[in-house]
Amino acid sequence: MTDLTKLTLAEARDKLRAGDVTSVELTETFLKAIDDADALNAFVHKTPEIALERAKAADVRIAQGDAPDMCGLPIGIKDLFCTKGVPSQAASAILEGFKPEYESTISQKLEDSGAVMLGKLNMDEFAMGSSNETSVYGNAINPWRRGNDDAALTPGGSSGGSASAVAADLCLAATGTDTGGSIRQPAAFTGITGIKPTYGRCSRWGVVAFASSLDQAGPMTKDVRDAAIMLEAMCGHDEKDSTSVDLVVPNFEAMLTGDIRGKKIGIPKEYRMDGMPAEIEKLWADGTEMLKAAGAEIVDISLPHTKYALPAYYVIAPAEASSNLARYDGVRYGHRATLAAGDGITEMYEKTRAEGFGHEVQRRVMVGTYVLSAGFYDAYYNRARRVRTLIKQDFENVFAQGIDAILTPATPSAAFGLGEMTDADPIQMYLNDVFTVTVNLAGLPGISVPTGVDTQGLPLGLQLIGRPWEEGDLLNTAYALEQAAGFVAKPGKWW
Amino acid sequence: MSIDESTAAKVAKLARIKVEEDALPALAQEFNAVLGFIEQLNEVDVEGVEPMVSVTPMRLKRREDVVTDGDQQEKILSNAPDAREGFFAVPKVVE
Repeated sequence: MTDLTKLTLAEARDKLRAGDVTSVELTETFLKAIDDADALNAFVHKTPEIALERAKAADVRIAQGDAPDMCGLPIGIKDLFCTKGVPSQAASAILEGFKPEYESTISQKLEDSGAVMLGKLNMDEFAMGSSNETSVYGNAINPWRRGNDDAALTPGGSSGGSASAVAADLCLAATGTDTGGSIRQPAAFTGITGIKPTYGRCSRWGVVAFASSLDQAGPMTKDVRDAAIMLEAMCGHDEKDSTSVDLVVPNFEAMLTGDIRGKKIGIPKEYRMDGMPAEIEKLWADGTEMLKAAGAEIVDISLPHTKYALPAYYVIAPAEASSNLARYDGVRYGHRATLAAGDGITEMYEKTRAEGFGHEVQRRVMVGTYVLSAGFYDAYYNRARRVRTLIKQDFENVFAQGIDAILTPATPSAAFGLGEMTDADPIQMYLNDVFTVTVNLAGLPGISVPTGVDTQGLPLGLQLIGRPWEEGDLLNTAYALEQAAGFVAKPGKWW
Repeated sequence: MSIDESTAAKVAKLARIKVEEDALPALAQEFNAVLGFIEQLNEVDVEGVEPMVSVTPMRLKRREDVVTDGDQQEKILSNAPDAREGFFAVPKVVE
C-alpha cells in the first residue's frame, strides 16, 4: 500500500482521476498525520470539518470528469491569508480571535479549483522574521535534524509552518508569501521547492499586508512540477487588487520539458560573499556544472548594487509596514487593551499596540515610523527608493544582454538551531535574506530548488531568478536543475 | 546619526506604541544597530536616479467609479472588540 502522504500533487491528482483513491481517503490520511505531528507546531488552526466537506464535494466533481488539477488535493494555508470564518491571525496576538467575514482571492481560487484546506499554518508574526521565532503560536519546528542530534532547528521564516508541513508530509503542498525571501529561505531550509512569482502575478487581496510593494504569494511544494501546477491555480488578475496584472496565465506544467539547451544562465559575482561557507560555494559550483551539462551557456555577470539591497529593504519594508500596521488600533478587529480609569483614545492605541505586537514587529514599525518622519524622509526613504531603482536596473541590464536566468545560492547557510540567534543583533538575522531580497526589490520571479545536503545531512537549496512574467521558462530551468541534482533525501520521522 | 532615548520615546509616541521608560535605552540601541546598517546607502551615488514608485512598469487598471459592495454593517462590526448600536465604540475622544 502506497503511503498517501508521500505523494506529490501530480501523483495524487493522477490517482484521484484514475479512481485509485478518493479525496476523502487522502484528506483523512493527512488529518491523521497532522494530529500526530503537533510536536512540529506547523498547523496552528486545524479545519478538519471544512476539509472533509470539501473533499466530499471534490470527489463528486472528479467523478463527473471535469475536475481542475488541484481538485481534491489537501493543502495547508499560511495564517497570513484571510479565510472566512477561520482564525486568521498573521501569527499575532493583536489579531487574537479575528475571524474574517471574507476569503482572500488566492485561497478562494484554490477553493474554487477544488483544493482541500486542512488548516492554517504557523509563520513569523506579520511575516516579519526568518526563523518562525516571532510567532504568537510559538516556534514551528523543522522536521530535519543534524544527524542524531535532537536539537530543534528552525524551518526558516516567515513561511516556517508551510515549509515544515510540506517537508514532513502533513499536506501535499502549502501557500506561502514572500516579502524578502519568506518562501525561498524556508523552502531551502527544509528541502522543498518554493517559488515567488513576479510582483503582480498573484492577487494580494485578503492577504494581511506587510510591505505592499514587495509582498507576493506563491506555492511551497515537494517538487518543481507541483510548483507549476499550484502556481497556475493561484495566478491571475483580480479586480480587487489593482496591482495584480491582467496577463494570460500559461499552463506552466506543460512548459516543463527539461530542455534548457542554449539558455544563458548568469552567475553574479557579487553573490560570492566574504566568509561564504565552503559547502555553499560547492553547492553553487555543482549547480552551475549541472546546468552547463544540460546544455545551458554559463555567463559571468555583475549586479553591482547587490550589497545595498538589504539596507534598502530595511528602509522600505519597515516604512510600508508602519503604514500598513497602523490599522491595528483596537477599534475594528482583534485585541483591545484593558484601559485604566481616565484613559482616552491615545492610551487605548498605545496600550493595545504594545500588548498586541511582538518585539520584532514593534521594532520594525518604529524604524519605519522613524525613516518616514519629518526631516528623515528624504535621507532614508527616498534614498532607499532610488537605490531600489538601481538594483532593478542591474537586473534589466543583464537581461538585456540575453541572460535567461540567474543562479545563486538560496541561503547563506543550512537551517540553524532555534534560539541560536536570540542574542545576536537583528542584522545577523536579516542576513538570512541576503540572496533573496534583491528579487523582491526588483519584482522578479525567484525559485528555490533543493539540490544537496551539508555534512550534517541538512538540505541546501539553490535559487534561480527569472525574467519578469516568465515563470514558465524559470520553472523549466528549475526542472532541469532538479532532474540533474536528483535530490531525494527526506527527514527521518521523530515526531 | 545616533538615536538617544528622547528620540526613541518620540518615535514610539508617533507609532502609538507604549514603551516603558526603562525599556528606552535598549530600544535606542536597537534603533542604532538598524540605522547603522542602513547608513551604507549613503555610499551609493543616486544623483539623477528616480525613486521607484512601482516595480512593474504597467499602468494600473481602472474601473468604473461605481459602488461595488456595501450594506454589510453587521459583518463589518462582527470582529470589533466593542460595537454598540451599529457603531464601533471607543473611549472618549474629545473633552
